[in-house]
Amino acid sequence: MEAKRKLIGDDGRRLDGRKWDELRPISLEVGLLKNADGSAYIHWGKNKIMAAVYGPKEVHPKHQVLPDRALLRSRYHMAPFSVDERKNPAPSRREIEISKVIREALIPAVVVEDYPRTAIEVWVEVLQSDGGSRVAGITAASLALADAGINMRDLVVGCSCGIVDSQVVADLDDAEDKEGSGDMPVAIMPNLNQVTLLQVDGIYTRADFQKAFELAIAKGMEVYAMQREALAKKFFTGEAAGPTEEEEVVE
Amino acid sequence: MSMKKNYVVEIIRKAQMVELLAKGKRLDERTPDQHRPITIQTGVIQKANGSAIVTLGNTEVIAGVKIATGTPFPDTPDKGLLVVNAEILPLASPYAEPGPPSEDAIELARVVDRGIRESEMVDLKKLCIVEGKTVYTVFVDVNIMNVDGNLFDATSYAVVSALRTSKMKKYAVENDKVVMKDQEIPVPVERTPVSVTLARIGDTLVVDPNSEEEGAMDMRITITTDDDGNVCASQKGEASTISPEHVLEAADTAIKVGNEIRAQIVEATK
Repeated sequence: MEAKRKLIGDDGRRLDGRKWDELRPISLEVGLLKNADGSAYIHWGKNKIMAAVYGPKEVHPKHQVLPDRALLRSRYHMAPFSVDERKNPAPSRREIEISKVIREALIPAVVVEDYPRTAIEVWVEVLQSDGGSRVAGITAASLALADAGINMRDLVVGCSCGIVDSQVVADLDDAEDKEGSGDMPVAIMPNLNQVTLLQVDGIYTRADFQKAFELAIAKGMEVYAMQREALAKKFFTGEAAGPTEEEEVVE
Repeated sequence: MSMKKNYVVEIIRKAQMVELLAKGKRLDERTPDQHRPITIQTGVIQKANGSAIVTLGNTEVIAGVKIATGTPFPDTPDKGLLVVNAEILPLASPYAEPGPPSEDAIELARVVDRGIRESEMVDLKKLCIVEGKTVYTVFVDVNIMNVDGNLFDATSYAVVSALRTSKMKKYAVENDKVVMKDQEIPVPVERTPVSVTLARIGDTLVVDPNSEEEGAMDMRITITTDDDGNVCASQKGEASTISPEHVLEAADTAIKVGNEIRAQIVEATK
C-alpha cells in the first residue's frame, strides 16, 4: 500500500517525533497475575499486552501427550476493544497464524525435554494493540515463562523493523505498519545469537533487507536489557526476593 | 506439511542426512541448492477464469481462479480484491483429515497470499471499475492433491501460473451503470513473485525439501523474491532457530534459485 501522507518529516523525524532507529517507550512488569504460575505485562508504544504461563501441568486431552518433552501451547488473542473497530472475539486466521509463530519462537528457548508428558500453556492477551504486537507479545511471554520458573536456555526478545517512506526504520507503530510499505518482525535469543521468529512483508532490496534485519536484532538487544531489568526487579529487589534476614534467624 | 512423527527411523534417517549433507549430498542425489523438477500445466479447468496444475517432484497442487465483481473495502475504495486460499485435501496424504482448515493450512494460505500481495504481482488499482462501488474480486483457491514436501513453493507457483493465464470479462460504465462487455481481458499482472523454501537440517540449508527431508528438518524458511531481486515476503517455520548468517545466505539462495524458476514459470505461461 502506498503512503497517503508523509510518515517521515523533512527533519528526519517520524510522526511521533522519533528518529529512524529509535524505539517507542517500553515498560515491563513481571508477576502481576495472582493465579498464573508466571506472568508479565508489557506496555510498548500503545501496545498493552498481558502474558500468562500455566504449567508444567497434566496434558488434556491425553492423546496429545509427548513422551519425551513438554507440549507447549500458545494463544495470541486480541480483546474486542483492543482496536479502533470492535474485533470479533472469535480467533481470526491472523491470530491463529500468530499463535503458531509465537509458539515456534518460544519453544527453542524452553528446555522442553526437562518436562516430559506435561503441558506448558502460554496465553498472550492483547488488551490494546499497536504496531509490533506479536514481538511485544513474545517479549512478555518469555518473561512470563521465566517468572514461572521454567528452565530456559535464553530469553526471547522481539523487535520489528520495516520500510516507511522508502526508508528502513525501527519499531513501526500502527500508522507506519498500515501506511508504510513493509514490516519485518524478528525475535531472537540474545545470548545464543539465534533467530526464532522471522516474518517479512513489503518490498526490500537485498541491501535494505539486511539493514532492516540487522537493525531488528540490534534493537532487540536494547529491549533485552529492559527484560533483564524487569526480572531483576521482581526477583532481587521485590517481596519475592526470598526469605528476609529475620526469617533466616528463626531458621 | 511436515509430518513429524519422531519415530526412531526418522532419527536414524536424519543422522544419515546430516552425514551426507556434510559432503554436500542429499538422499535423492540433489545438491543443496537444487530444486526438484517442476511441471506447469495451465488452462486445465475450463469453468475457471484461469487454472494451473503444478508438480514439484511428487508434490502436486491445482489452483483455480474465479473472478467476479463486488464492492471494495472502505479503506481501499480504488482497489480490487485479491484473495488466495489453500486447502490440504484428505486425498492428498494419509495424515490429512477433512474438516476445518488446520493451523498448518492457514499458515500455508497466508504465507502464499503474502508473497503474491506484497510483491504487487497484480495491479489492484487496475481491478477498480467504479471507485468506491464496483471492483473485480479475484479469488485464487488452491487444492493440494498430493503431499511430498514444500507445499509453500508448489502452491505459490500454481497461484502465479494460474493468475498469469487468467482472463476476465471486460466491464464498461454506460449511463452510470456497470455493463459487462462480451470481451475478455487478461488480469493486470505486473510482476512474477517466486517463493523459495529452504530447510535447515543440522548446519546445512537445502532448497525445496521433500517429505522425508521435512521429517528430519530443524526449521524451514520461505523467502519470496520479485523480478528485480527484491525480497517481498518471508516466513520462518518450525520450533527451532536459524542464525543471522543463515538468514542472509537463504536470501541470496532464494534470489538466485528464484530467478531460474521465474524463467520457467514465465515460459510455461506465455
